[in-house]
Amino acid sequence: MSEEQRSGQPPQPQPQPPGGLVTALAALAARAPGAAPAEPPGEPVVLAGHPERVVVRNGGAVAKAHAAGTDPAALELRLRVAADPALRGILLPPLGAPVIRPLPGGGRPATLWPYGTPVDPVDPDAAPWAEAGRLLARLHAVPVAPLEGRLGGALPVMRGPARVAEAMARLRACAPGGPRPAAARKAVEDAWAGLPGWCRAEPGTGAAPPSGSGGPPALCHGDFHLGQLLRHPPEHGPWRLIDVDDLGTGEPAWDLARPAAGFAAGFLPPEDWRRLLDAYQEESGTAGRDPWPALDPPARAVTVQLAALSLVRAGEPGGGALDEDDESLIDACVRISRLVSGGSI
Amino acid sequence: MQCPKCHAAMHTFNRSGVQIEQCSGCRGIFLDYGELEAITRLEGQQYPPAAPPAAAPPPAAGYQQQPAWGAPQHHHHYGHGHRRSFSRMLFSS
Repeated sequence: MSEEQRSGQPPQPQPQPPGGLVTALAALAARAPGAAPAEPPGEPVVLAGHPERVVVRNGGAVAKAHAAGTDPAALELRLRVAADPALRGILLPPLGAPVIRPLPGGGRPATLWPYGTPVDPVDPDAAPWAEAGRLLARLHAVPVAPLEGRLGGALPVMRGPARVAEAMARLRACAPGGPRPAAARKAVEDAWAGLPGWCRAEPGTGAAPPSGSGGPPALCHGDFHLGQLLRHPPEHGPWRLIDVDDLGTGEPAWDLARPAAGFAAGFLPPEDWRRLLDAYQEESGTAGRDPWPALDPPARAVTVQLAALSLVRAGEPGGGALDEDDESLIDACVRISRLVSGGSI
Repeated sequence: MQCPKCHAAMHTFNRSGVQIEQCSGCRGIFLDYGELEAITRLEGQQYPPAAPPAAAPPPAAGYQQQPAWGAPQHHHHYGHGHRRSFSRMLFSS
């Protein structure tokens, strides 16, 4: 729920969300049904000020403004998934009815959620990798057809591949700057060019390999990372998955792709990766099976996405130089593109 | 500075506290006087030579540990004092 921060570097100044939006979200959270009031009553707190997602807490309630351009019908379906009994104990349900809350002046859709405690950013040893693995396995096991029956319509497609395509579009919209970014851009473009169409959200693909080459599409989170977990009730409650913006049907391995990409790039320690994977496989009954045939394309795609966003950030005013993680993601893109051009994938 | 081999620009980054120049073209690395020794010394502290190679957990039978494009250091340093960059696992992209 927090902004990007670079390890070992002073936190970068956060882009401030517009004051009017924060005020409107604070007012919405203050009127939330059934939430504990601020105790003691205090100022609303901006939990995330990313221009794409603004999240404001007031007591036990959190109001979130979704990205401009969010499809309201798809968002409402995703909210209803979070509120569905089959997702109890997996996804954090919204506060009150699963509906979009209008903000004064219209514009971006907003939603209401209970407040929960996020993963401690300064205690990596306490990170709930195993709990995350079990929650993802349980999410992927939710039967899709009965859920769609209760919703009265088809689930949206999981947005993981669309986010990769969006990251590439942002990279291409940036002014090219200097020879280093040019070489890095080429590595990212080459790795992107070698991805299967479904990992690039090509028209007619459904966020899963063409039928017959994988299992049936499952209910997926679409943007899993450790910031997508909260303890609810706060402090000592069980962990739950949050953020339904990218949720939908697709290839379940996608939800393991970001940790897999970090592991393959070399900055997620193998022990952390194993904790996630072992718990996932145990819960899903796939222990001992090689995860990489399903995982490899999504992990390459997320590597491309993260490397593209590293270059976008570095090119922004005040974005700073590429750090060791950025470099390792770009190096991974170089290795991916070599495999592609060598015909090994 | 320019790469002495392919003449593309060299880019500076930091590895274990040592400034290293890497070529943006051929990705070759340039080290200043003493930097190789500094890195060797740091790696020696991080991965003591006495550490038995058997400290790594045995790989599960018949199953890939990582993809073909994975970072090469896993093969050498698996299970020992590797880098951990938690923030990239925590925040939205």
